[in-house]
Amino acid sequence: MTEALQELGTQIAAKRPDCVLSWDVAYDELNVDVAPANIAGLVEFLKTDSNCRFSSLVDITAVDYPERGKRFEVVYHFLSMYRNQRIRLRVSIREDDMVPSIVAVHPSANWFEREVFDMFGILFSGHPDLRRILTDYGFRGYPLRKDFPTTGYTEVRYDEAEKRVVYEPVNLVQEYRQFDFMSPWEGAEYILPGDEKQEG
Amino acid sequence: MMDGSKFDDAQTGEQKIRNFNINFGPQHPAAHGVLRLVLELDGEIVERCDPHIGLLHRGTEKLMESRTYLQNLPYFDRLDYVAPMNQEHAWCLAIEKLTGVEVPRRGSLIRVLYSEIGRILNHLLNVTTQAMDVGALTPPLWGFEEREKLMVFYERACGARLHAAYFRPGGVHQDIPDDLLDDIDLWAMEFPKVLADIDGLLTENRIFKQRNCDIGVVTEQEILEYGFSGVMVRGSGMAWDLRRAQPYECYDEFDFQIPVGKNGDCYDRYLVRMEEMRQSLSIIRQAIVKLREATGDVIARGKLSPPKRGDMKTSMESLIHHFKLYTEGFHVPAGEVYAAVEAPKGEFGVYLVADGSNKPYRSKIRAPGFLHLQAMDHVAKGHQLADVAAIIGTMDVVFGEIDR
Repeated sequence: MTEALQELGTQIAAKRPDCVLSWDVAYDELNVDVAPANIAGLVEFLKTDSNCRFSSLVDITAVDYPERGKRFEVVYHFLSMYRNQRIRLRVSIREDDMVPSIVAVHPSANWFEREVFDMFGILFSGHPDLRRILTDYGFRGYPLRKDFPTTGYTEVRYDEAEKRVVYEPVNLVQEYRQFDFMSPWEGAEYILPGDEKQEG
Repeated sequence: MMDGSKFDDAQTGEQKIRNFNINFGPQHPAAHGVLRLVLELDGEIVERCDPHIGLLHRGTEKLMESRTYLQNLPYFDRLDYVAPMNQEHAWCLAIEKLTGVEVPRRGSLIRVLYSEIGRILNHLLNVTTQAMDVGALTPPLWGFEEREKLMVFYERACGARLHAAYFRPGGVHQDIPDDLLDDIDLWAMEFPKVLADIDGLLTENRIFKQRNCDIGVVTEQEILEYGFSGVMVRGSGMAWDLRRAQPYECYDEFDFQIPVGKNGDCYDRYLVRMEEMRQSLSIIRQAIVKLREATGDVIARGKLSPPKRGDMKTSMESLIHHFKLYTEGFHVPAGEVYAAVEAPKGEFGVYLVADGSNKPYRSKIRAPGFLHLQAMDHVAKGHQLADVAAIIGTMDVVFGEIDR
């Protein structure tokens, strides 16, 4: 399995050197890093090339790495039912970058790109109908960004006086509990009383 | 007045005939949950169909980022709540792929057994409620009786009828007793008769055929364009099944057929689902035979799983391990994987990005229904309003997994 993917990766990199920044095989999966401007062209190539035939789009999603300069990574998964193989494309972009839409190549990308826009605020240029999809009508903010609080900013309730659902700022009776179970030797940063004296 | 002279404006164009927009759902019984469709109708013909989803959005993916891997497992029961264990399976496979844990044979067989029970659970619900959408009331009553029996099997294995949390990274939570195997075997003997009853009600039923034949036809090209999977693919004649094409667990040692349709319409998909239930039944029987021989542990003992009760009473290390496992949770090495299972509805996948800590950095749930529903506009266009209910039914949408 891994050898076949290695071979495929070499082929794709050789045929489209302008698109492929780097590639590797990890956990029996082929990962290809792609330049943002060339994604639509590469997807088209993967769909039509006889060795690839990645004709089904499986998934589009994004991952947020706030500490990186290129904050978002847009991740595409493709499947070839004919060659029985999978591929993952990754595109790294800055917060204000736009990604070319692949709806023209894969109509099924429509909702996936809407979802990524809804959840991360990444814009897709050339998308026919870039509306929010999962969140509420009139929702503000991008929930899956790491800087968006899990509780959100607003809550809703039915108002008996106004006879309608009203939006209010979140008011928690108890502080939202994020437990940190990491052991003190790895990761967790505990500030013990008295630690600040060391600084001074 | 009554000689028609008043209606000249229709000819002169002063009075315009415009299309009619209706809201289908979110509380329509044929909307299978909380689907809101905005339909533009020309007479009774659907011109445009805009699904509004997200009414059941619970932010599962966001919540998962702040919980440990084990705490995240029960969220998967709540995605496609019609066949809960199949979803957990994908999550466990993703974690096992990253950690490199081997599932013991008995655990693997139990997983197959319960995945197939889940498939029958799902198809029973789908076939019968789709029949209800097109006007039959008896099939759901008969089908739900069998579902009830299967849920008892769920309960006897894990203690919960629906939200099982039974598949765990490394195997399954607890071993199943022998008399449960006997009872499943007994049920598997009786079930073909029930299936034949439902078959007799629907397959040659004139109304059922009129409502389903040549409705929602899907071609191979459309399958690829819209990313269909599962029965939506097999109904159109492509024998694509992840259990066969990319075998996971121990499916490669089971003998089963992949039924395919011919015309790709709602009726063929109904036939495929019926046949898949028979095939699942055969897998269940084979799994029971294998399970009687395969004794041993059901979960890989190690970092991912709790120690045995007996060990905890005698060994300090086991006690510490138990405590750490259920508070801190286990750590998963950094990396990213995509793990998919052939869920009853199609390819259900999990894209997991781990950063080496005890919580997933990002997990994306890939639900088959999301893509099927997306194609609603394309498939339903040109059909009559009444066919919309039949098409939603045959696409097998469940909003737990679509809205996440």
